Amino acid sequence: MPRRTMIEAIRDAMDVSMARDERVIVYGEDVGFFGGVFRCTQGLQAKYGKSRCFDAPISESGIVGSAIGMAAYGLKPCVEVQFADYVYPAYDQIVSEAARLRYRSNGDFTCPIVVRMPTGGGIFGGQTHSQSPEALFTHVSGLKVVVPSNPHDAKGLLIAAIEDPDPVIFLEPKRLYNGPFDGHHDRPVTPWSKHELAEVADGHYTVPLGKAVIRRPGADVTVLAYGTMVYVAEAAAEETGIDAEIIDLRTLLPLDLETIVASVRKTGRCVVVHEATLTSGFGAELSALVQENCFYHLEAPVARVAGWDTPYPHAQEWDYFPGPARLGRALVETMEA
Amino acid sequence: MADAGMLRFHVPEPEVRPGGTPDFSDVTIPKAGSAPRPEIDVDPRTIRDMAFSIIRVLNRAGEAVGPWAGLLSDDELLEGLRHMMTLRSFDARMQMAQRQGKTSFYMQHLGEEAVSCAFRKALAPGDMNFPTYRQAGLLIADGYPMVTMMNQIYSNEADPLKGRQLPIMYSSKEHGFFSISGNLATQYIQAVGWAMASAISNDSKIAAAWIGDGSTAESDFHSALVFASTYKAPVVLNVVNNQWAISTFQGIARGGSGTFAARGLGFGIPSLRVDGNDYLAVHAVAKWAAERARKNLGPTLVEYVTYRVGAHSSSDDPSAYRPKAESDAWPLGDPIVRLKNHLIQRGVWSDERHIQAEAEILETVIAAQREAERHGTLHAGGKPSARDMFEGVYAEMPPHLRRQRQQAGV
Repeated sequence: MPRRTMIEAIRDAMDVSMARDERVIVYGEDVGFFGGVFRCTQGLQAKYGKSRCFDAPISESGIVGSAIGMAAYGLKPCVEVQFADYVYPAYDQIVSEAARLRYRSNGDFTCPIVVRMPTGGGIFGGQTHSQSPEALFTHVSGLKVVVPSNPHDAKGLLIAAIEDPDPVIFLEPKRLYNGPFDGHHDRPVTPWSKHELAEVADGHYTVPLGKAVIRRPGADVTVLAYGTMVYVAEAAAEETGIDAEIIDLRTLLPLDLETIVASVRKTGRCVVVHEATLTSGFGAELSALVQENCFYHLEAPVARVAGWDTPYPHAQEWDYFPGPARLGRALVETMEA
Repeated sequence: MADAGMLRFHVPEPEVRPGGTPDFSDVTIPKAGSAPRPEIDVDPRTIRDMAFSIIRVLNRAGEAVGPWAGLLSDDELLEGLRHMMTLRSFDARMQMAQRQGKTSFYMQHLGEEAVSCAFRKALAPGDMNFPTYRQAGLLIADGYPMVTMMNQIYSNEADPLKGRQLPIMYSSKEHGFFSISGNLATQYIQAVGWAMASAISNDSKIAAAWIGDGSTAESDFHSALVFASTYKAPVVLNVVNNQWAISTFQGIARGGSGTFAARGLGFGIPSLRVDGNDYLAVHAVAKWAAERARKNLGPTLVEYVTYRVGAHSSSDDPSAYRPKAESDAWPLGDPIVRLKNHLIQRGVWSDERHIQAEAEILETVIAAQREAERHGTLHAGGKPSARDMFEGVYAEMPPHLRRQRQQAGV
């Protein structure tokens, strides 16, 4: 089976979807002729023409707002916001419009759009190219929120998102575009070609939305992670020698609570990790759900490891980033509690 | 200059405030029939002055004059009059129903009936409007049942939106009426997107975007004009300038641009101003703009100059911010009276028939109201179930909502 990078897998998902369904339209800033600043849409305009893949003005509210209109017409737009940090001008369109259109019109109009955006740090992008705004979307009824962690899932999840009848926020951890990054920024980058989850089948397949997967079975403690943090968790488990069960959530909304609860009831311990800032982060929701559903099985308080509550800094990137050392300490403390 | 170096902050003020004498002397009203009617493929650069004038068809004598006249037959005009009268009567009854506590909220069209009623007749089946909350004439003029509108206003058991949406935020794909959000300006760029989709699909349908004078200040208005201009989207960009954004006079959103139509000029979009209280002028200009869109000539921006005679909504009291008699002084008159006078002048209508029609229409509206009220009002009778609250958030209900519905015991 061919191995692909995240970028190639994401591109392949759009390629497959555009070939299967002419209603699928792809656009965004620099997305057309050039193929996107991360090259996720490279070649799509040449293959499908300018009507189906084109450059948009620098206007995120315009990109998402027009996509909502296109979806109301009957197309299936899959649009790119160049960085998740730039999505805020489109927030009104996503929250007040895309998310509620089906509900407020009682299904008279629907909004099957996908808004793709690179998320997270680790590339020295500073505060405007590093944010992880997933919790701003998981708080919104009517949205689905997806964060893939590997090329195989990225392709299957993106095809599922494009085929989904409701709006999907698709956050692509940009530090994973070219390799499974585990937080050891001082070591050489492992390319996807050396990773088995980079095996991406040709043609059409989906990975269902709303289903988590256990990346590493373990008995001691459950780690709830998504995106880049899946690899950070793997490194932390290996380096501490703690037999952690690592769950890759893949979809944050709707959440696969069943898989989480089954794991925590088995291990009796839980550490939640994300790159986004701590306060009111998605980890708060996860730890609340774990204590509501697993309280009598818990041997220790649910721990949260997250970005500090500061804007994402530039020079201090690796002090900010919750790497394997910080997660490892939390694992040890949770085991000792 | 004596005060060079000292900056002064400028806040525009309307000409008159409560207690003052209404004064519209700064509103220049060109003679009816004086505006030219360019070919639809006109070079927008050659008609820039039309963004600063007003296209008018009906003169003071009730005659239809000039190059924009002559498009509508007697029957079509009589139908238009009936639509506007129906909307006015509907508004009066629903405004009263709100005061009687039968619903929480209402917004009327008083003085602006011509804009949406006439515009609807310029569209073809399958075209899509992205309206604001003051274009119910689009539904009335397309034959959408008044009972269904009232069911929505009452949030009763027959409400097609299941009680989820604020009164008057209708939705009808079948009647080319996009779901009203209640947020402002968001729909403007969506209309452009819908039009882009129609062009991408090599369809023949066009879109119509709607916005009020105040909301043109939102960034979505600007992005809509960029997208419409860039992709030559088949869309009519309507701006209803009714002079007031709740309590804020139009000068606060307009700034120094002179007119709202002038906003389109920088985008190379042909931009026209039209007498919004002149049914014939609204229809003729809408038809011109729709034809341009359908012939791949791209967007047109149309500013309807009108006046919001009523309050912004049932929650508003205009006497606090504008003179009470201001609407009487409005120089473009009343759209219903003007079309009525024109039809009398044409010899197909009379004061007696008008009074009779008013009574008939009121009867129809009351009959619809009775039928709607049999299905309940906001606080009495049949209403959507609490279970309906959990439906329709997604195509398929996710597990967490199913759990919450069970928790709610519905």
